[in-house]
Amino acid sequence: MRNVNGGLTVRFTLNGEAVEIRNVPPMERLLDTLRERARVTGTKEGCGEGECGACTVLIDGAPSVACLVPTCQVDGEEVVTVEGLAEDGRLSALQSEFLAAGGAQCGICTPGFLVAARALLDANASPTRAEIREGLAGNLCRCTGYQKIVDGVERAAEQERAGDAG
Amino acid sequence: MLADIPVHRPSSLEEALALLADPPDGERPTPMAGGTDIMVVLNSRHVVPSSVLDLWKLDELRGLSVQDDGTLWIGALSTYRSIIASPLANAHCPALVEAARTVGAVQIQSRGTLGGNVANASPAGDSLPVLLAQGCDVVLQSRDGGRRTRSFDGFYAGYRQADIQPGELIIGFRIHALPPGATSWYRKVGTRLAQAISKVVLAGVAACGDDGTLTTLRIAAGSVAPTPIRLAAAEAAGLGGRPTDVAAAVGAGARADVTPIDDVRSNALYRREVSGRLVESWVRSL
Amino acid sequence: MIVGSSPPRLDGADKVTGDAMYVDDLQFDGMLYGATVRSRQAHARYLGYELDPDYDWTDITVVTHEAIPGGNYVALMVDDQPALVSDLIRHPSEPVVLLAAPTREQAEEARAHVKLLVEPLPIVVDLEAARAGAGPIWGDDNIISHLEIQKGDGPGCVDKALAEHPDAILVEGRYYTGAQEQMYIEPQGIIAMPWGKGGIEILGSLQCPYYVVKALAQLLDVPAAEIKVVQAVTGGGFGGKEDYPSIISAHASLLALATGKPVKLVYDRAEDLSSTTRRHPAITWHRTAVAPDGTLLAMEVDCAFDGGAYTTLSPVVLSRALIHGVGPYNCEHAMVTGDIVATNTPPNGAFRGFGAPQVCFASERHIDKIAATLGRDPVALRRQLALRIGDTTLTGQTLETSVASDEVLDVALEASDWDRRRAEAEAINARGGVPPADPIPGMGTTGRLRGVGMSFFFHGAGFTGNGEARIKGRVRMEVRPDGQIVIYSASTDIGQGTRTVFPQLAATTLGVGIERIEMHTPDTSVVPDSGPTVASRTLMVVGKVVEDCSNALKARMGFEGGDWDAAVDAFFAGGGDGSVELEYQTPPHVEWDNETYQGEAYPCYAWACDVVEVEVCPDTYETRITGFWSAQDVGKAIHPVLVSGQLEGGSLQALGFAVLEEMKFADGQLTNNRMTNCIIPTALDAPEMDMRLVEAPFAGGPFGAKGIGELPMDGGAPAVLAAIEHATGLSLDSLPASPEALMRAAAE
Repeated sequence: MRNVNGGLTVRFTLNGEAVEIRNVPPMERLLDTLRERARVTGTKEGCGEGECGACTVLIDGAPSVACLVPTCQVDGEEVVTVEGLAEDGRLSALQSEFLAAGGAQCGICTPGFLVAARALLDANASPTRAEIREGLAGNLCRCTGYQKIVDGVERAAEQERAGDAG
Repeated sequence: MLADIPVHRPSSLEEALALLADPPDGERPTPMAGGTDIMVVLNSRHVVPSSVLDLWKLDELRGLSVQDDGTLWIGALSTYRSIIASPLANAHCPALVEAARTVGAVQIQSRGTLGGNVANASPAGDSLPVLLAQGCDVVLQSRDGGRRTRSFDGFYAGYRQADIQPGELIIGFRIHALPPGATSWYRKVGTRLAQAISKVVLAGVAACGDDGTLTTLRIAAGSVAPTPIRLAAAEAAGLGGRPTDVAAAVGAGARADVTPIDDVRSNALYRREVSGRLVESWVRSL
Repeated sequence: MIVGSSPPRLDGADKVTGDAMYVDDLQFDGMLYGATVRSRQAHARYLGYELDPDYDWTDITVVTHEAIPGGNYVALMVDDQPALVSDLIRHPSEPVVLLAAPTREQAEEARAHVKLLVEPLPIVVDLEAARAGAGPIWGDDNIISHLEIQKGDGPGCVDKALAEHPDAILVEGRYYTGAQEQMYIEPQGIIAMPWGKGGIEILGSLQCPYYVVKALAQLLDVPAAEIKVVQAVTGGGFGGKEDYPSIISAHASLLALATGKPVKLVYDRAEDLSSTTRRHPAITWHRTAVAPDGTLLAMEVDCAFDGGAYTTLSPVVLSRALIHGVGPYNCEHAMVTGDIVATNTPPNGAFRGFGAPQVCFASERHIDKIAATLGRDPVALRRQLALRIGDTTLTGQTLETSVASDEVLDVALEASDWDRRRAEAEAINARGGVPPADPIPGMGTTGRLRGVGMSFFFHGAGFTGNGEARIKGRVRMEVRPDGQIVIYSASTDIGQGTRTVFPQLAATTLGVGIERIEMHTPDTSVVPDSGPTVASRTLMVVGKVVEDCSNALKARMGFEGGDWDAAVDAFFAGGGDGSVELEYQTPPHVEWDNETYQGEAYPCYAWACDVVEVEVCPDTYETRITGFWSAQDVGKAIHPVLVSGQLEGGSLQALGFAVLEEMKFADGQLTNNRMTNCIIPTALDAPEMDMRLVEAPFAGGPFGAKGIGELPMDGGAPAVLAAIEHATGLSLDSLPASPEALMRAAAE
């Protein structure tokens, strides 16, 4: 797949399912491919320059901003969006604790926060509040002042640890 | 449309260098690593390259290792995330790990690479003063010229002018070992604590002899000149003296070394003064 | 009881799964994408436009002011703002030509191929020069609105007090706050679709659906019934989506009518930052005659607010500003004056606080200046001067109930351990600052100076004076035969929780489970006009109507608890009408004179005290906010998690305003129009917040609740500057307290 001048065919895993998307312009943003072609719209655009984190997705487990990733670079990789966080059609502990703590207000930044939090908890099951803040510092929220977002992730970590122990 | 810009996707370094040496469509493609700089430029529609050379799959340009001579090898495509996680980087170049943690936030650290930061040649690049202060060689390669190694000191001839010859790619960095007993230092003054572009970024390496005088003093700064710079007057003012005796003179030297400007993030007065004060405080603490 | 508990927000599951549909997530068959060609000059004669003859215009629709069927203005208060420029450009981001194209990229690309022909005119952008009449560029003196409020001796009261009290001291100050961006994370966006016979349907990110109806009916010259406005899930507003969506709706509608197709007009961040409203930059001057014992003998306050190029909502902003002009303090004689001044900049508008944060910054810094002048403790002076029950406000309103001044001071000072914390900071600074062994990541290791500051403030809830009586907010509720209850209201949820607390009020009042209650989407073809979602009024005013409707239904059904389904069956079996629609009843005894600005300015006030701890690096003057304690009076916490979330979020907007949010301009044009350089705090910049709820019930609100949406925005900035002053001795009178500003102050 080198030296392509027309559209690309890109194959990757999206939320656990193999997808093949044809005719992708070579430098199209992953954000646009997800939203406009795959019609998976939970990933939001807030700035288009990697600043707000609303379009955070996991690429092979690494939190990344989909507005700065050309879709050609995810060929063969695993992509997880907010739509991939629920478990068997039910809210995951992360989602339900985030919600119960009041971490979502207007909700536009919420998908990006949840995906970034997923990456954080995957790397560190017992983060301190300071570590949660560092892990979420690439996501901007204007509604909450972050207090209840940090609360929600802290509670989710506790739940997940309790679940693992049980 | 911007999304339609052609992308070359080599699967080996050899293939990448061939594409650079002999571009199929005549115009040399613009290399892209993690995309965190070039995608911002594309989105803002400021510059439109004729084609892009995607390096992301070139795993041979990833990885860190310590060489026989004690230098730390960092492949050009190593992400900040991989540098932060690397025990080798933490042991051999802790200032670079600190710098990597201040780049954007985790999302940018996942995709941004050291090679990309150096090639992008921004005077505000967060990692660049560390490479200058600790000492570093840049290793480049081209199909026709083979490998070329040069010092990172002097790598930028001017604003955003890196010494990358046509057909060359940066393949990695050899970061010099810290002198015995030396400590390193990193300080970024940004617009906020994360997702910040620097107003001033400083790095230093220092060591004192048995008599308590400075035997090594290397200081570098970013965002205070058209390129990242060594602070030569500051270093000269400090070498051979006791830190507490020379700290003020080192600070004064730093103020003289920098040639900052006013921009949307800060102003020249602030950058000059802060460069001097931070360097002075650091030397005083040695 | 459901009121007082914190169930997960009812629209929350969709928000944590990605299912919630915001305007940019919506697609329709044949939908086109709009783009707006804007002026670049701040002031110019508009002569026409040229389309690049080398560009392929086949699929592009071009619309100008000539396509407007009605009057070419955006109906709001004064009809001075055109929907599209026809002859004169008055600010550097004015919409002139509209384009529609099959794709977003094409619309964007085509925009670059339209050339506007203009003849530049001299520009006026400096606030003080504009107030002095430079140009003029608006009317004959640039004054869009002027207002005065007198108390006691009124004009000349300070000089009179100084003459009468030889021992009185004159304290003067000039205080400046700059523009501030709302920075909702979802940029503005609207979809317009042809609807019915010549009408338009709007789907969009907006706060006030009926504002859009009014603007479009006028602009398109159709009856209001031909306009249908539906709110999409909205990604934040904070005032920024109060009136500007009417303009985007106007543009999208013109394109939809011209093409006969749905048109999506979503701004990117740069266009949103450059073109939409912001908080008014303001200068406030204080002159105060103070007795040696601290009594405020007389105060003169004068404000100049930068309105930008058109009137928009600015006169109302000025009104709220002046009413809060002397702060929550006793002062027998006062003269408060202010102007909205026109400049060649985009109109400034609503942003949480609506004029109050600017004047509160000034009055709180000024009280600190008075305390310093007298050598008084800042807390003791505030306690001495605070308004309490029986005291009289600037407008002559005697406070009879629901005053929480003592409670908020007590709670916040105790939560922060004020005395010990202040003393500890002073001791640390005397030893050279916070030891390097105690680093904050990113702050280096130089000993940092610590300081603790506070502020005390209040905010009137609901529309000013008889505003609510004029607006007559309406709500309809219906019981369905299946026992579900539907609330129909135009009050929008923009994140603050309307769609959760209204059902809480209804469920509790009716005595049913919250799962019985549904809220209809705000859709003007279905829901009554509840008034705009602004002014800290939604819960207190419209929520009261929800409570009234619930009580009316309950009475009509004779339901006194027990089996709801049985009661519903019996009610409908007896031919009952399950629908009730009521309008807001203003509390009795509200007397307000809109000419003299005398009387009950607000039915009640909410009270608050903020305490802030900072650490300042003496090398770089970087300020980190290391602690935040606050007590805020909410009347009654209907949903404690949501209300404290509001207070925390508003507080961080205030803290950001204090230290790092700054909009920079060149010739009236915003120069930092990206999120990279127009910055707001991240999670690392935000302190841990200790938010304490105080409940001084307001009898006129549902279950005693009062409006608090704006309150938390008012006090953070002056508290931060007081803390910085405590740490460094540097007294700043302008925002933001950037490192550069502090360095400049230190050099003086």
